[in-house]
Amino acid sequence: MKFGIVTFPGSNCDHDAYHVVKHQLGHEAAFLWHKETTVGDVDCVVLPGGFSYGDYLRCGAIARFSPIMDGVIAHARRGGYVIGICNGFQVLTEAGLLPGALLRNQGLKFICEDAILATANGHLPFTSRCPETLVAPIAHHDGCYYADDETLARLEGEGRVAFRYADPAGEATPDANPNGSRNNIAGIVSEGGNVLGMMPHPERNAEKALGDASGAWVFRSIAAAVEGGEA
Amino acid sequence: MPRRGVLDPQGEAVRHGLGALGFSGVSRVRVGRVVDVELPDGVSRDEALSQGRSMASKLLANEVVEDFTVEVLD
Repeated sequence: MKFGIVTFPGSNCDHDAYHVVKHQLGHEAAFLWHKETTVGDVDCVVLPGGFSYGDYLRCGAIARFSPIMDGVIAHARRGGYVIGICNGFQVLTEAGLLPGALLRNQGLKFICEDAILATANGHLPFTSRCPETLVAPIAHHDGCYYADDETLARLEGEGRVAFRYADPAGEATPDANPNGSRNNIAGIVSEGGNVLGMMPHPERNAEKALGDASGAWVFRSIAAAVEGGEA
Repeated sequence: MPRRGVLDPQGEAVRHGLGALGFSGVSRVRVGRVVDVELPDGVSRDEALSQGRSMASKLLANEVVEDFTVEVLD
């Protein structure tokens, strides 16, 4: 399968994502410069972490209108897979491909630490190979997930919460919530299930040199969904 | 401006700061953003308002969590 990693001006986690999918997991991968208008023959688009357009105005607000987003939206409408990580998640909410918004962290500080995630729904294309808990670092100032009560109820009712911030036992406790996200939400999927946004960085814990490599399971799940078999 | 009902931790932090300065009666603070957009000469007031609302709704504000008002300055 082929991954396409978008690079906006200010994206800085594009190379990490490329390294993981191509060198660690052996898939085809290509960078997609933000000025291109189509995603080409990729199976999964990655909107990587970083500070696109310096986070000016609002995180992801300007990147949302880059020409490549026409291609990403068309790809998503065709049922193609999209994973937005950190700033990528912010771009997806600004583009309306995912509901809600990412707000300034409740404690007002930039947080840089490993996060334990509970896989809230293990039957999604992005989680089918994920263990009950996994570890992925967070590095963000604006990671507080907000959606109004009605949207939240719909997300929960439809099983569209993919990951929650959790304690080592996998419980989504208030203490385990680093940024005030409602319902400890760390990642969600779209109505069609083919678009995922998550604030933690699975690509930063995908090899043993960097941790327990449990972040790789997210990418293996995507490959399984695309290839229809073992990744 | 952050919508009412959306937690505004910046507003809360500012409220605490005001308290430290002796302004004790402040029940709530919201912190927003002002964007000045200069349009070309000859654009009418109505046209300016209309363009402003469109700009605000499409880019300048995130209507999921923010309200906006548009004002034409002379």
